Amino acid sequence: MALNEKEKSCCCFTDTDILKQIAAIASKWRDRPDMLIPVLHEVQKVAGNGIPKDVAMTVSREMRVPLSRIYGVETFYAFYSTEKRGKVLIRLCKSAPCHLKGAKDVLDAFEKVLGVRAGETTPDKMFTLETCECIGACDVSPAALIDDTVYGDLKPENVSELISLLRKRA
Amino acid sequence: MEEMRVILNKAGEISPVSTKEYIDIGGYQGLKKALEAPENIIGVIKASGLRGRGGAGFPAGLKLSFTADTTADRKYIVCNADEGEPETIKDRMIMDLVPHRLFEGMAIAGIAVGADKGFIYLRAEYPYVAKTLERALADARENGCLGKNIMGSGKDFDIEIRTGAGAYICGEETALLSSIEGKRGEPRFKPPFPGVAGLWGKPTVLNNVETLANFPAILVNGAEWFRTLGTEKCPGTKLFTLSGNIAKPGVYEFPIGVTIRSLYEEAGGGCPGGKRLIAVQTGGASGNIIPASLIDTLMDIESCAAAGATFGTGDLMFMDEDCDILDVLENLTEFFAEESCGKCTPCREGTPRMLEFIGKFKNGTAKEGDLELMLELGSLMVEGSLCGLGQASPNPIFSAVRFFPEIFALKTDSKRGSC
Ligand SMILES: Cc1cc2nc3c(=O)[nH]c(=O)nc-3n(C[C@H](O)[C@H](O)[C@H](O)COP(=O)(O)O)c2cc1C
Ligand code: SF4
Ligand code: FES
Repeated sequence: MALNEKEKSCCCFTDTDILKQIAAIASKWRDRPDMLIPVLHEVQKVAGNGIPKDVAMTVSREMRVPLSRIYGVETFYAFYSTEKRGKVLIRLCKSAPCHLKGAKDVLDAFEKVLGVRAGETTPDKMFTLETCECIGACDVSPAALIDDTVYGDLKPENVSELISLLRKRA
Repeated sequence: MEEMRVILNKAGEISPVSTKEYIDIGGYQGLKKALEAPENIIGVIKASGLRGRGGAGFPAGLKLSFTADTTADRKYIVCNADEGEPETIKDRMIMDLVPHRLFEGMAIAGIAVGADKGFIYLRAEYPYVAKTLERALADARENGCLGKNIMGSGKDFDIEIRTGAGAYICGEETALLSSIEGKRGEPRFKPPFPGVAGLWGKPTVLNNVETLANFPAILVNGAEWFRTLGTEKCPGTKLFTLSGNIAKPGVYEFPIGVTIRSLYEEAGGGCPGGKRLIAVQTGGASGNIIPASLIDTLMDIESCAAAGATFGTGDLMFMDEDCDILDVLENLTEFFAEESCGKCTPCREGTPRMLEFIGKFKNGTAKEGDLELMLELGSLMVEGSLCGLGQASPNPIFSAVRFFPEIFALKTDSKRGSC
């Protein structure tokens, strides 16, 4: 399957160098379909926190796994996205213990400070704000997983400071 | 009752990574015993009465024996570290603080059934735990406790970590196996059970982190000792996760059979701000919600069942007087609707309908007959769903109808207009 003209010109068109890196990652696991999930994790990081179609096609070709299966897997699991996301991924927990401890107010604060709604990316492509289910940090509810780090005991009034800190670090 | 640390013995006092420090506190002695007399392992685990800590309480020794009795060119040990149940963080504590205890348990299981390979299926939400596990695994291999010819026994056992990618359903055992195989995590029909035909069709022992972490102490101290802890039908200690409106949330290890009151008052320190407790969700997000009047219930499988509570994964989520139970039910039901894998109709279609019903009761638009319809649909889901997600998801609602019937009372027309 090839990309049509519309897909080539859209924002999901991935840089050739990056596609080469992706091919290198995926080719290590040729004919090892069981490694699809770890490969997609690694590839997604390189490709800008998402797995657009040209990236999926590269993985498919190198691992010799049908594109349909890759699409099936990447749409099944919450950690993958078929579109590129921001540099920093904010996953705000909304499950019951965090909900009880005011997760909604924290979400409102994030939306206000970032100027985007849950599920959206800031125009500068720096942050993507997502809600998610329990991240296993209910001892510090309300909590968020920001990239690979847990931030707990979040308070609406501290969100703005946290965002500046993350911006500096990124 | 006092907190008692067996699974979390010395947790936080030693380096989680260091094999040497773990050996210094008596670690890998259970594996040594297992290697000396592999034929005794299953008998000891059976005699200990250890039951699975992943929610279902299945006898751990019996599970080992299913796989031991098969003949196959390959067998596997799979550790369920998906820990997707909201309100649960106990397995993370074990892996964060004493991962070698888990490795040792898996190796013991491997020796018992004749498997030389284990997988830890770790949820993607724990990337920082993965780092600790990888370092601890490397250290265990360097020290001859994992890998080829473990402890000079001539036997091999190694462990590989596979991460999930954010799907609650992958905690269900057959969905988990599909996920390790690199597929969508959809549950399979049982039988065959994983013990006979699991990962890539091979006999597979699949246990929760906490279950496996119990093996070393049982082998070292014996089944008799284990039976002195906990209750007759549920021996041992358990990690209880306390969350919600509680002063000191976290994980506490107590003998099974501790009262919810002890956990709430002594360990958890009660509701913060002097607020009054009104309800407790027991056993995890799919467990029963009980009123505060029942907090003298003992946390063991039988007592919970008799009182209308759920033992499950041993979680307790506390709700104070400011909490709206219908709002909590809405949150829980939304969780199940979103996490349903969609493979079978009762759950795929039932969970969103249940959510609709709860929404109606919450905003006061429920009509005559809605309660009966909701309960009937819930019963259909219990009976007709393929896996535990659909089967257990109506539990919080059923229990709320039983213990808090007043919240399902229909609002009068005058009230309806006022909000
Ligand atoms: C929807 C669903 C989610 C589950 N999630 C987990 C989980 O995160 N961890 C776990 O150990 N067991 C989970 N289980 C239970 C497993 O299917 C299985 O019974 C358990 O891992 C067996 O281990 P045990 O015998 O040591 O308890 C889940 C079951 C269902 C139906
Ligand atoms: S009960 Fe729900 S989660 Fe389980 S197989 Fe059916 S649809 Fe999937
Ligand atoms: S409910 Fe938010 S971390 Fe568990």
